[in-house]
Amino acid sequence: MDKFRMIFQFLQSNQESFMSGICGIMALASAQMYSAFDFNCPCLPHYNLAYGLGILLVPPLILFLLGFVLNNNVSMLAEEWRRPQGQRGKDPAVLRYMFCSMAQRAMIAPVVWVSVTLLDGKCIICAFCTSVPVETLGNASHPSLSQREMERVLARIPCREIYDGQELITNEVATRYLRCISQALGWCFVLLMTTLAFLVRSLRPCFTQAAFLKSRYWSHYIDIERKLFDETCTEHAKSFAKVCIQQFFEGMSTDLAATHCHQPREAPTDAEEAARKLLGITDQGTMNMALKSWHRCKPPLHLHPPALPGSNGWAGAGQAPTQPPAPRREIAAYYSRV
Amino acid sequence: MDRFRMIFQYFQSNSESVMNGICGLLALASVKMYNSFDFSCPCLPQYNMAYGLGIMFVPPIVLFLCGLILNRQSLVMLEEWRRPQGCRKKDLAVIRYMFASIMQRAMVAPIIWIVVTLLDGKCLICAFSDSVDPGKFAGFANTSLVQVHQLLAKVPCKDDELMRNNTARKAVSRYLRCWSQALGWSILLILILAAFLARWLRPCFNQATLMQARHWSNYIDIEQKIFEETCCEHSRLFAHKCILHFFESMQQEIKLHSSSLPKEREGAEEEDLLQGITDQEKVNKLLRTWYYEKPPLDVSKVTQR
Repeated sequence: MDKFRMIFQFLQSNQESFMSGICGIMALASAQMYSAFDFNCPCLPHYNLAYGLGILLVPPLILFLLGFVLNNNVSMLAEEWRRPQGQRGKDPAVLRYMFCSMAQRAMIAPVVWVSVTLLDGKCIICAFCTSVPVETLGNASHPSLSQREMERVLARIPCREIYDGQELITNEVATRYLRCISQALGWCFVLLMTTLAFLVRSLRPCFTQAAFLKSRYWSHYIDIERKLFDETCTEHAKSFAKVCIQQFFEGMSTDLAATHCHQPREAPTDAEEAARKLLGITDQGTMNMALKSWHRCKPPLHLHPPALPGSNGWAGAGQAPTQPPAPRREIAAYYSRV
Repeated sequence: MDRFRMIFQYFQSNSESVMNGICGLLALASVKMYNSFDFSCPCLPQYNMAYGLGIMFVPPIVLFLCGLILNRQSLVMLEEWRRPQGCRKKDLAVIRYMFASIMQRAMVAPIIWIVVTLLDGKCLICAFSDSVDPGKFAGFANTSLVQVHQLLAKVPCKDDELMRNNTARKAVSRYLRCWSQALGWSILLILILAAFLARWLRPCFNQATLMQARHWSNYIDIEQKIFEETCCEHSRLFAHKCILHFFESMQQEIKLHSSSLPKEREGAEEEDLLQGITDQEKVNKLLRTWYYEKPPLDVSKVTQR
């Protein structure tokens, strides 16, 4: 149990590095996808532009949406955004923080795709081969062709086997020219994105550090609270099921009192523990009410001191605090925020 | 389990080794990026210089910025620089030390890119092929001025139809590569000498100040990590208590005493760990105070208590 708790705490506390690992994997996956993709320029006048720009822009959009879909925190954000206010106020700064951090992580794979595409050059060569400046790069002595004819010839530049305009402009010259422009665009894009990332990261401590600490704490709190609530509900469901089944068998065995009279003697310890874990909620109606109330009216972030006078008299309460803090502190040391 | 704990503890305690690891990874990434980049010189008069010098200088800027972004200590340094003074004085020597160490680590990958580029030679051949003196090379000496620039611009492209069988092209290429490699090795030698001297001569100047600065920069880093861990632990306990109280408030007709005593025992030890911070306002106030007025570096009152 301790082992599982430690692993769970490790993954939870280290969620930032877990998410960064996921981003790295998505970036590698997007580069791999590009290498595996069989790029096939149509080499026809108007289709080239559509195909080239489509391959440049549509997969990044898909990867961006995929980044949101694969992120578990999206449902947490949606829940927090749509819940009724109840006794607990909503802080838009926390919602903004959660959205921004998710969007930043989802942007990595699309940016990698666009960079790799531009640095490779095939897309731009395919999309813009009909716009090559033939006057400056081509053969000036070649007889002039009509606009449509020229476009048809130039559109075949990406397809070397069927290119028939070597006298007009050599294939290598046009390809080199377009690839140079594509790579220049690619490096400028990479530089721009890196500069933006750097500015976003370095301007934050200069301006909004206090608000940032608050938003980060509460977004982490919301995440943990949701997980702990699910855990508590699972434990409750287990105890509920145990007691329910126990009661069913007890009900069945009342007829055969002679043979089964020894069974109830074993049940009490189990039944007691299970009943304790039920936290007083012992029927479907009450449980449904509890779940509805959790959604409609989350409790305020204000812990009241325990109201019972009797608890202070217990000898057990005095001894207990000395024992657990040591293991707790040990576990606390392993948290990290990368 | 113990092994993981040890590794995790090692990485946490020694943030310097984490930063060195990131620096090394970026250096390897820069070499890999250069190898996988498909260098294709445009072989056109004005474009060559722009392309060649662009490939030599733009990726190092990108790698430098990446080095700054991936280094956690740069955030710590910025936060320490911009925080309000509060009860704790700011020591500029510490901030300077952190800045210097961040810059040194971030410069490694860009320098490796530039050196690898120069030692390979393709960039310089592309950038300066049309700036060489055509008189030095037999094949280009007796062509007209306009044509010679066009021809020289095509030198980096071996497969171009004009350059395929041109022996003068190889001569120009070798000449430029020789210059490029000489430059690359010289830069490497100068940098290594500078690093060597800096390491050797550092103990001669201000060693005590340096040790203090290193200690306190390490301290600031560790303090921030522990604060974040403590906040995590606190929020976990807060959530636990909140949920328990929620379930308790549902039990209205059931006697709380017999069924909730174990919880009260748990509750008491958790109350202790929550340290009195039991509502949203108090947490917000705690975080605001942590930012605006960091506590003084003086724990003698606590230990005496």
